[in-house]
Amino acid sequence: MKNITKIGAVSALSLIIGASAAFAETIKVAFIDPLSGPFASTGTNGLHQFEFAADYMVNQNGGLLGGTQMEVVGFDNKISPKESLIQLQVAIDQGIRYIVQGNSSGVANALTEAVDKHNRRNPDSRVLFLNYAAVDPALTNDKCNFWHFRFDAHADMKMDAVTDSITSDSSIDKVYVIGQDYSFGKAVSAAANKFLGEKSDTIEIVGDELHPIGKVKDFTPYSRKIVASGANAVITGNWGADMLGLGKSIVENGYSGPIYTYYAAGSGITAAFGETGKGAIRLVGEGQVNPPPSDEAAAYYTAFKEKYPDGNVDQTRISNTIGMLAKAIEEAGTADDVVAVANALAGMEYDTIWGGKVMMRESDHQAIQDLHIFEHTNEGIDFPYDNSEYGVRVIKTIPMASADIETTCEMKAPS
Amino acid sequence: MDLILVNLIDGLVTGLLLFMLSAGLTLIFSMMGVLNFAHASFYMLGAYFAYSISLALGFWMGLLIAPLIVGVAGAMVERYGLRRVHQYGHVPELIFTFGLALLIEELVQFIWGKNQMPYDVPDILNFTAFAISGNSIPAYKIFMIFISVGIFIGLLYVLTKTRVGMIIQAALSYPRTVEALGHNVPLIFMGVFGVGTALAGVAGVIAGPVLGTFPGMAFVLGSIVFVTIVIGGLGSLWGALVASLLIGWITTFAKSYNIEMESILNGIGIATPENMDDNMFRDFWSLTSPQIADILPYILMVLILIFRPAGLFGKRTQ
Repeated sequence: MKNITKIGAVSALSLIIGASAAFAETIKVAFIDPLSGPFASTGTNGLHQFEFAADYMVNQNGGLLGGTQMEVVGFDNKISPKESLIQLQVAIDQGIRYIVQGNSSGVANALTEAVDKHNRRNPDSRVLFLNYAAVDPALTNDKCNFWHFRFDAHADMKMDAVTDSITSDSSIDKVYVIGQDYSFGKAVSAAANKFLGEKSDTIEIVGDELHPIGKVKDFTPYSRKIVASGANAVITGNWGADMLGLGKSIVENGYSGPIYTYYAAGSGITAAFGETGKGAIRLVGEGQVNPPPSDEAAAYYTAFKEKYPDGNVDQTRISNTIGMLAKAIEEAGTADDVVAVANALAGMEYDTIWGGKVMMRESDHQAIQDLHIFEHTNEGIDFPYDNSEYGVRVIKTIPMASADIETTCEMKAPS
Repeated sequence: MDLILVNLIDGLVTGLLLFMLSAGLTLIFSMMGVLNFAHASFYMLGAYFAYSISLALGFWMGLLIAPLIVGVAGAMVERYGLRRVHQYGHVPELIFTFGLALLIEELVQFIWGKNQMPYDVPDILNFTAFAISGNSIPAYKIFMIFISVGIFIGLLYVLTKTRVGMIIQAALSYPRTVEALGHNVPLIFMGVFGVGTALAGVAGVIAGPVLGTFPGMAFVLGSIVFVTIVIGGLGSLWGALVASLLIGWITTFAKSYNIEMESILNGIGIATPENMDDNMFRDFWSLTSPQIADILPYILMVLILIFRPAGLFGKRTQ
């Protein structure tokens, strides 16, 4: 009996020590994205940007809640939804309360469901899911939940901006839509058809097709069709090698109009496009880098390049994610009660160093922010990508883009 | 009509590029009975070496030196790798080349990283050679055609008109007899392997700037090369050429014209079902030719294997 009391006392003591050690520990953020395999470069670059943002924006300014440091921990999900759920469990078991993820909406869909389920069953170890790049509109519509926050504009909002830009250009009357044959490519095509149909009677969609993802050796036949169709604007949701192959091939085979895309910068693509892409490649996205919108933004970029000479700040929303999380934790006065942090995040208005505001809409936890149309060029570029002389420069800004876009989300706050 | 001409040229470029890869592979395969899974990896190495060399010495030195390095590397692989594994039979050889392909891919990612390389067409060839009703044909494509045709003629000459070629051809069919006549057959094997991989290297050097230099480039071309040599017939240079061009043109034309399955089926007398929404063949009816363009070569291969197992120009029967 005496022994049992002793053991009890010792374990209670060790628990107290453990708890206080945990208290003095850092606020951990789990980064669940591919760190190996074909998409490793995208994932690793994202992790670097998160680590840098946490360090530069939080830790070097004295930390949070009076000195607690923030730490980003990388978890490799091999871009598989199944692996992501395992990594999510590992992160939760390590006591991590904040999950960030972005590559692949398939993974994000699996994670948001798992997080919702976990939080309902384990009120003591709830986590928040901060989505920085998965753009499937469903995540803040049908599949929305209280724990998920999206810091990137979703695919429909981006297409809204692209089609705004196209309809305001009177020289464009024929548009060709081409994409990869999977859910995202199809979503881009559907959105392009929907918005162009609503916004203009004069613009004709002269082509709308899908090609196999990651399997096309030579895009020449597709380019021929685009040229033959007489299109003077192309919209594509392609990324990676498919983006580069398609873009280069279209330009080299005689097309001279703009190519509107989502993902055609950084990760070697900007350098590889080089002169070919100049005047042709236009991107839609948040976060102005060229010309730098503020001295803080320029200083941020310079400091990042010092730490990661081979990297790019091509996802400025990452610094918004960290900045807004930090602000929410300060407002809530705690990092452990994620419900309070989530309530602080919802409806938050945040002044970003990249110019303008980011507003986290309360009704669906979708960030509303300025969207820009960028142009791939080597003129007026202060911060080029991929250590080349080329970068992306803002040519058009849509302030608070799609701020009134509809949502089917019915947000339920936890009881 | 104009578009047909343009597509013929595009298909020719694709086909000739495929030929440069399959020519080496078909020789290696028929000689050693080894399916060299790493063949496309040598193509990738060619592109990466040429890119690195072009940074220092320009594109043309890359075109000259990179295939040599790849060829020597290939010969070394045969001499110190394949030859040792050979005694254990074909399956270990197969596994060896498969492992080599994985190893090369990882090595490339380790040295050059996972990003796409900015390997570009040289300025001197970066212009439009001519245009057919708005479709420009880049000068680089014409250059690709000349290089590959030159290589084909050179190979054909060496294989059919020279003594070396005669020994190689003899060693293809009767290696024991050739050995008994006093020729160094292992050396011939090494030479053929080296030349075959060097050809893949050349293909990589000239394809890198247009098709992209990235770690997945070997994977994208890997399987189609095997299809080519099976269709063409093992060991036949002409077969490799014809099959490559056939595949080049079939895929190019299938992608360029939106031929719909519906119109084909209607054409052969099958009426479109009235209610498409709950029809179990809905996806089949809505197929278009660009969607299936990349599997057409595989369908062709299956047909060839059924009706002419030795391939179009194959002589060997088993």
